[in-house]
Amino acid sequence: MTFPLTIEPEHFRQALQRTPFHDRIEALSSTEVWTGWNCYKVPRVVENLAAEYFAVRSGCAVMDLTPMEKYRITGTGAREFLDRLVTRDITALKPGRVTYVVWCNDDGKVIDDGTLFQLTQDDYRLCSQHHQLDWLLMSATGFNVQIRTETHDIAALAVQGPTSYSVLTAAGIEGLGSLKPFGIVDVSCGDIAVTVSRTGYTGDLGYEVWVEPTDALQLWDAIFGVQGRYNVVAMGLDALEMVRIEAGFIMPGFDFNTAEATIRDSHDRSPYEVGLGWVVNLDKGHFTGRKALLLEESKPIKRRLTKLIVDGNKPVGEAFIYAGKNGKQIGEVKCTTWSPVLKSNLALADIDYINGRLPAELWARFDYQVELKWHTAWAQCHAQSKPFYNPDHRSTTPPNRF
Amino acid sequence: MTDRIDAIIIGAGHNGLVCAGYLARAGMNVVCLESGDAAGGMAAPRTLGEHYHFPGLAHAAYPVSAAIRRDLKLDRFGYVPGDAINTVSLDADGQHLTIAANSIVGENISASDERNYPVFRKQYLAFAKALRPLYENQPPRLKNMGFADTATLAKLGWNIRMGLGRETMYEFLRVAAINIYDVLNEEFDDDRLKGAIAADAVLGSAMGPRTPGTVLTWLQRLQGERNGPMSLLSGGRSQLVHALTQSAEDAGVTIRLNTHVASILIENGKTFGVKLSNGDMVKANIVISNADPRSTFSRLVGAPQLDAMFARRATQIRGSGVVAKLHLALNGLPEFTGLEDSQLRGRLLIAPSMKYIEQAFNHSKYNECSENPLLEITIPSLHNSALAPDGHHVMSINIAFVPYELDGGWDEQKAIVAYKVISQLGRYAPNLKSLIVDHEFLTPRDIEEQFLAVRGHWHHGELSIHQSFMMRPLHGAAQYDTPIDGLFLCGAGSHPGGGLNGLPGQNAARRILKSGRAK
Repeated sequence: MTFPLTIEPEHFRQALQRTPFHDRIEALSSTEVWTGWNCYKVPRVVENLAAEYFAVRSGCAVMDLTPMEKYRITGTGAREFLDRLVTRDITALKPGRVTYVVWCNDDGKVIDDGTLFQLTQDDYRLCSQHHQLDWLLMSATGFNVQIRTETHDIAALAVQGPTSYSVLTAAGIEGLGSLKPFGIVDVSCGDIAVTVSRTGYTGDLGYEVWVEPTDALQLWDAIFGVQGRYNVVAMGLDALEMVRIEAGFIMPGFDFNTAEATIRDSHDRSPYEVGLGWVVNLDKGHFTGRKALLLEESKPIKRRLTKLIVDGNKPVGEAFIYAGKNGKQIGEVKCTTWSPVLKSNLALADIDYINGRLPAELWARFDYQVELKWHTAWAQCHAQSKPFYNPDHRSTTPPNRF
Repeated sequence: MTDRIDAIIIGAGHNGLVCAGYLARAGMNVVCLESGDAAGGMAAPRTLGEHYHFPGLAHAAYPVSAAIRRDLKLDRFGYVPGDAINTVSLDADGQHLTIAANSIVGENISASDERNYPVFRKQYLAFAKALRPLYENQPPRLKNMGFADTATLAKLGWNIRMGLGRETMYEFLRVAAINIYDVLNEEFDDDRLKGAIAADAVLGSAMGPRTPGTVLTWLQRLQGERNGPMSLLSGGRSQLVHALTQSAEDAGVTIRLNTHVASILIENGKTFGVKLSNGDMVKANIVISNADPRSTFSRLVGAPQLDAMFARRATQIRGSGVVAKLHLALNGLPEFTGLEDSQLRGRLLIAPSMKYIEQAFNHSKYNECSENPLLEITIPSLHNSALAPDGHHVMSINIAFVPYELDGGWDEQKAIVAYKVISQLGRYAPNLKSLIVDHEFLTPRDIEEQFLAVRGHWHHGELSIHQSFMMRPLHGAAQYDTPIDGLFLCGAGSHPGGGLNGLPGQNAARRILKSGRAK
């Protein structure tokens, strides 16, 4: 268990670190709207939010993924360790494949979710939203496994949108045509080695391209050197927030409190309560939190993070959810966006179930401003079980060419 | 053996035998699997060469409770608690102090010590009595309390408030969590007396007299005194484990010796038996581990079957043995300067002052062995002449503080440490060295290997306050229960802990019979 010291001794003088792609993004940034993500400086908007959003849905958006937490998990006990870590049956995971996983504490409350890459036989990469090294190391007690952070050792770009396959091909990355969703392939881009996975957080066709930090700019330049009608646009976090809500993806720590980060009982959430019951396999053998989840599963569900289409076009923002207009307050909106492609107000809301059921009629009560004047409004909400947006071209193999 | 087995007990130590006895008498078909070649664990008799016999790793104990004696019919199977013994606090100049239940005898005793001693004893026995509901019952859960949990706590509260009375209660609350060093300095002048009491408070724990919580460890020890006076274990048919074995077998318990359990079989979060080291499986829906909780969870169950933080906590249980054992075969009775032969029947302590003990303890913190160790010396052959040939004797010595890990390594240093102990004894009994015909020295490392107690700890985990009561052995496995359905704990690692009292075994049996898993 090593902690590679890739950070300069004077790093503290700079509150936010620069990613290997930073120079290129800064050159493009006309808005200079930056934020911190995992101690890296990243753009919320590079040039134009609408353009970035539409690039995901109709072109090719490129986002710097370097700050994402990445852990390398190796050793003969790695598989057994991961099997005990995550709630999902990962029997089908093979070298060259990725799977979406969630992991819980002993009480069956979600700590984080992420993507688990099997690189080779005993070699895995786990990507997550939040820092997990402490949890992973403490969970490793009793397993023959080595765990190290590689967040700062690997640069990555998300290349997402309907034309992303064509863009990467035009950038000189061959061999992606047969790559299925959740597949990984080692290829090259010019004279640099890259690893490409068909994964993403946008709900569209898309790839994540992994590269040595020293080769990062060369990769960027190859992608942005693609000329013509593909609409290659650098994207920031604000557009990502819109598309991930459209895709129905949740964000631990924002849409719900993660376990081990709350003080009060009942302020954290089980996988069932955040709509992740489909990645819990209680019959797969033991995993951390299984006993608690078995008990929970046997009882009526108390609440669930629910996908809502909210009537009207007023920005919902922060809102309470009621069982019926002027009814009992039963929940609150956790994130919301206006969906330009769907022409709808979308929201994810934490809603208390009544006797294990979602109340039939849901209303949101929210405040909005018109020319600095506040108004209160009611809007009916319609619960959705499927992702709001899930186009066929997302999962076609080979992907459509442009 | 074609009958269905209802419960498997891993380890035929005394707690395993008590638990087995209760379950069998409740109608269960119980099999006890013991890795050694005799039942009894740390209380099983040992033999040195052909002719010298020792009571076991434990050499002195209080009687087991009247309830266990009655329920398991131990008296019918020959159990006789030994005679009351005195403790002699040895003095390097031969001015020894003899300590009996209610009096102290010796040269140069202050009048106030003589007066205070019985008062002090009475008060602390009252404290021990107040704590009795905690020790004799399943420790209460604090979350999701059931009726029994509430009752135990209520009884404890009642005992402390009403049983002790207001003034005494204040005193109890004052001393309960502090150290024995401060308390004894308040009460007494005599270093020999303070050393002897402090020795009893710390022996078996990695604690010195100044360690917080040593009043509690002493009170824990005094619990046993309520069953009768301390006596020497003297081997033979009257010994506790002999009677427990007979009683268990009479109730239908099968004890399989030389049977080493390699793992506990688990499917779907539930145990269905054990796998032996020879590859055989023994199946049962209830498995009760009398093994150290650390080896139960880390080795027999294994991390893959446990939640992450529970598995981690199970490896973090504090408990590193600091007591070694020296068995000496002697061709005559040693002469201790200033001591009459009759006094050798008692328990001799080399603990001349609390400072002496604290300094001995300090060495062990740094993986060293003091030249001046705390010694508890017994001569069991004075109570049972069959233990040694005519005119010969056996001497059993507990040595504190001997670290589990010794700088320089045990392989290289073992003989040197044994020699130092014998040299220290020689200062009090000059003819001892010339009498030794054979010896056996068990370091904490040897105790771990031979008794499967992790890091050689007598009590399968330190009896510190953070590992006591509803926290023993650890949160998530108190109340004799474990995260694995059907797997229970019954050993010293569980509440109320070590000592030859059988209480963990008895409480575990009650818990299992109430769990509804028993047929």
